[in-house]
Amino acid sequence: MNVILIFIQKAIAQGISILFGAVGEIITEKSGNLNLGIPGLMYMGGIAGLMGAFLYEKGVENPSPFKGLIISFICAFICAVLGAFLYSVLTVTLRANQNVVGLALTIFGVGFGNFFGGSISKIAGGVGQISVAVTASAYQTKIPLLSKIPIIGQTLFSYGFLTYLGIILAILTTFFLNKTQIGLNLRSVGEDPAAADAAGIDVAKYKYLSTMLGGGIAGLGGLYFVMEYLGGTWTNNGFGDRGWLAIALVIFAVWNSYNAIRGSILFGALYILYLYMEGLSRGSQELFKMLPYVVTIIVLIITSMRNKRESQPPKSLGQAYFREER
Amino acid sequence: MNIRINGKRKKNYIYLKKRDQISMKKSIGIRIIAIIMALIFCALIIIPITHLNPLQIYLEIINGAIGNKRRIWVTIKDILILFIISVGLVPAYKMKFWNIGAEGQILMGGVATAAAMIYYGDYFPNWLLLVIIFIVSSIAGMIWGVIPAIFKAYFNTNETLFTLMMNYIAIQIVAFCVIFWEKPKGSNTVGIINSATKQGWFPPIFNLTYGMNIILVLIITILVFIYLKYTKHGYEIAVVGSSINTAKYININVKKVIIRTMALSGAICGLAGSIIVSGASHTISTATAGGRGFTAIIVAWMSKFHPVAMIFVSGLLIFMEKGSIQIASLYGLNENASDIITGIIIFFLIGCEFFINYEIKLKKD
Repeated sequence: MNVILIFIQKAIAQGISILFGAVGEIITEKSGNLNLGIPGLMYMGGIAGLMGAFLYEKGVENPSPFKGLIISFICAFICAVLGAFLYSVLTVTLRANQNVVGLALTIFGVGFGNFFGGSISKIAGGVGQISVAVTASAYQTKIPLLSKIPIIGQTLFSYGFLTYLGIILAILTTFFLNKTQIGLNLRSVGEDPAAADAAGIDVAKYKYLSTMLGGGIAGLGGLYFVMEYLGGTWTNNGFGDRGWLAIALVIFAVWNSYNAIRGSILFGALYILYLYMEGLSRGSQELFKMLPYVVTIIVLIITSMRNKRESQPPKSLGQAYFREER
Repeated sequence: MNIRINGKRKKNYIYLKKRDQISMKKSIGIRIIAIIMALIFCALIIIPITHLNPLQIYLEIINGAIGNKRRIWVTIKDILILFIISVGLVPAYKMKFWNIGAEGQILMGGVATAAAMIYYGDYFPNWLLLVIIFIVSSIAGMIWGVIPAIFKAYFNTNETLFTLMMNYIAIQIVAFCVIFWEKPKGSNTVGIINSATKQGWFPPIFNLTYGMNIILVLIITILVFIYLKYTKHGYEIAVVGSSINTAKYININVKKVIIRTMALSGAICGLAGSIIVSGASHTISTATAGGRGFTAIIVAWMSKFHPVAMIFVSGLLIFMEKGSIQIASLYGLNENASDIITGIIIFFLIGCEFFINYEIKLKKD
């Protein structure tokens, strides 16, 4: 029983950063922008949050956890938004190819994260590992009282606030995309930008804003990983391929962020399943780690074979829109 | 054909005009300006971190890339590898098949190479072993490329995401093999394969360690571009790439073309894996491809699939990578600085495409 409880907790902990990335990418993709820079943006968000907290904790005598939390949250969000802004300038205004820009952004963002993660303490004149224990403690604060309830409390209420924020954002995003005027406009931009344009929707504005908002949310996934999961430190490439898993999760959730909640927990579970399988050699553990990707491919194939209208990617996904080229 | 940047009617407004054509001189000029701006921008970032003066920075970059004979050869070796991967991607991209799975195809080729070196190292003479290596690595890469192509051809499965996922499956296969072959046990590395016998290593040609890499890359490149330019297959690829409906109308078997072209593209990327393992690192790890499969996409795309431009772009990126690693190591900074520099150069080059394709004009009413 205890093992199962811990497994569920760990699976959720693994899943949340992927969930943030997927929700961000869903908002982005709904505008027709396939942002392959999400993994880079998540690195950027993570390191920016860490740097913000680090400089704050270094700069004051008695850093307060709450202020550190606010500062790092804002830093992470803004840094990722800026990265997504760069993507939007290149793809929307300068009409560059989305995949190429996205890949470049990922190369840049991962390098950005690892460079500052490995060098910030040196640049700031110190030595050794950066650690922002005070700020991280704020992120790791569980819900008081409720988390003390046996079993239910442990599985449902023993996480930091970002976990709940991620789940709320995922639910709100589905509501936003399906029930609000702006959300419907956004979807029409992703489906058929020419028709949206004819209907008087500012295509470029929607693409910019949704990509930047999506990028910012994805950046919070990196922040979650650095603060709550790692406890306020940085390991190079520690975030690994979770950013790509976030993009995989978008497909798995068939572009519905509500589905992404379940999906992220499943992905998290698949990600760590090998640790809980008895009698696996180190080699077969590596084979087990393939599972999330294999599952994604299967979902990808099945959705394309069934060819159902509601489980398709936005129709103009990956294509830039030029008004004069119709 | 005009766009108004300002929605309101004004007396003066700027508008964009698509260029019908641009002279070679002008398009190269725009790119050179972009590269210079990127270099200045990079220096602006490096200066506050290292407190070097800009001239020193550039000298140090040049020193890091081509400062001595060994560095020159390492730089050439890496340029060749990045270049050959981009060559491998060209057929797929000409067909507008977004193969972002080069990373996985390289790894599969690399792992097949390592297997041949480990298991057949003692049984065959080196030349025969190398032939076997080329065959198995191409087949391994081919399989990795064909799987997504089949699903694309028959079910229109999104190839970008499919090939991306295939990369990570390949990484896990390599991780498994590394543990399977690890030497010494528990080290989680394979070590240098056949370090004593040098079986399966590229032999030096004309006294050049990387002579065979150069020749191999040259041959593959020439063959690929002849194939694309002068054969019926190459023509079919171009038609499918520009319009699938046209291709169907003139009775091209689109499914066959997609699968065949991806087989070729995957095979070359697999072969690139063998060049990395047999011709350079002599070991295999999950970092064997090291992101070059992604960078190569950008190289091929930005060069508009022109081989000379591809050599130049891969040269520029590797040169700056080596140079920035040098600066980073001088200052005890992290060598990922090179990724930032690479990213900045790419952003500038991508951005300048706009000014090659469009003219900005000021219109006065």
